[in-house]
Amino acid sequence: MSLDLDITTTLRGGGRCFTLAAKLSSRGRSTVLFGPSGSGKTVTMRAVAGLLTPDAGRISLDGRVLFDSAAKINVPTRERGVGYVFQDYALFPHLSVADNVGFGLRRGFFGRLDAEAKDRVAQLLKLSGLADLAQVKPGKLSGGQRQRVALMRALACRPRLLLLDEPFAALDPLLRHRMRREVRAICQAEGAPTVLITHDPDDVREFGGTVALYDCGRVREVVEFPDGPEGGAAARDMLLAARFGAYAEPGRACAPTTDSQSCDSD
Amino acid sequence: MPIALPELLAAAAVPLKLTLKVALTATAGACAAGVAAGYVLSRRGLPGREVLDALCTLPLVLPPTVIGYYLLVVFGRRGVVGKWLEETFDMSLVFTWQGAALAASVVAFPLVCKAARTAFEGVDRHLENAARTLGAGEGRVFVRVSLPLAWRGIVAGTMLALARAMGEFGATLMLAGNLPGRTQTLSLAVYEATQAGKADEAAFLVVLTSLVCVALLLASGKLLNRGHA
Repeated sequence: MSLDLDITTTLRGGGRCFTLAAKLSSRGRSTVLFGPSGSGKTVTMRAVAGLLTPDAGRISLDGRVLFDSAAKINVPTRERGVGYVFQDYALFPHLSVADNVGFGLRRGFFGRLDAEAKDRVAQLLKLSGLADLAQVKPGKLSGGQRQRVALMRALACRPRLLLLDEPFAALDPLLRHRMRREVRAICQAEGAPTVLITHDPDDVREFGGTVALYDCGRVREVVEFPDGPEGGAAARDMLLAARFGAYAEPGRACAPTTDSQSCDSD
Repeated sequence: MPIALPELLAAAAVPLKLTLKVALTATAGACAAGVAAGYVLSRRGLPGREVLDALCTLPLVLPPTVIGYYLLVVFGRRGVVGKWLEETFDMSLVFTWQGAALAASVVAFPLVCKAARTAFEGVDRHLENAARTLGAGEGRVFVRVSLPLAWRGIVAGTMLALARAMGEFGATLMLAGNLPGRTQTLSLAVYEATQAGKADEAAFLVVLTSLVCVALLLASGKLLNRGHA
């Protein structure tokens, strides 16, 4: 996996404005975007997935340009091959677990599932222990089960890159610990490179890899660790160390950036 | 001298059938156009969205006779569309049941459009985005995600539109006239019977119309409730 991005974008709304200027390169199977809420991690990932068009810059994945403001390239979301596990899971409430997982495998005008796709859905449901719940609607599932469905739904399409947006934040602490291992293990079994967004150093422990430290709409530092738990432990220790403790502190005010004049235009 | 029930029934059967035909056709048209317009209006970042919304609401506030006048201007024999229809298909909407259906659908359109817009706006954007990240194009996002999740609101709007189309009077009168057996719907028949002093017939038509409307309301309520379960 190779992900290269260098983007700037300004978001306006509610009388406030936020400028993101992110530059990042990652080569490993695991990338972590670490920083406090509102530091621009999710905005970066939305840009990678094509859910948000940056004002300027360039994004490429595995050598394929997904976005380039100079060359006027902006590949639509559906063609990017980037899976996204949303923070609130965003499961389709009107579809069963099996239909959620199979959503991205439907082909043709009527959205049929061919035999191969059905096998794939069955395989993923088995892998995640959801086989008995295949016909249940998401509203009846627990938090951990919902997360598994969201993960399997994104993995079903065999994405080139899987974005995990604060996947463990909504889970209770005991479950969180288990899901970290499980999610990492499933992604590894499926061979999907991941980008994990988090503000919790413990989340990084299972993943390791390239860790980008976000703060106030900037990537302050990129530190490389080995992928997986070996590198993860070291990454977590680093994040817990005093120097980066500040990154995880909620409600810390950001100094006005030099770009903030561009916000005054409206 | 009181008239016998069979005679009244026979007299009412023709406008009743016509009313149902006109109202159902009009509702189908208003539903298709209203869902499409409601979906477009629910998209953020559409330029001139509020102006378009105002235009779509216009039939709700304009007097039906004014709408009928506009329709005559456009679809009349000398109107832009009317002339084309006559030359190309040798058909005219003036004084036909199709004209009555068109008038009723224009009047009923804002009810579906408004309800559909609100329903589509209530669909979580994350769900539509999730579908896009799963490789779905805009058409599939609409059919598989937005439409099923907005369904209840659209059905409610469509039921209102049907009720409105059933009772349409002014615009229908302007475009399609009041020809018994051809364009005379129940509401027009009630008006004519009253004007002609046929008190029994008028009373019968009024009760009949009320019963049909109550039946429709009950049916739609049942339909919506079943959707809840």
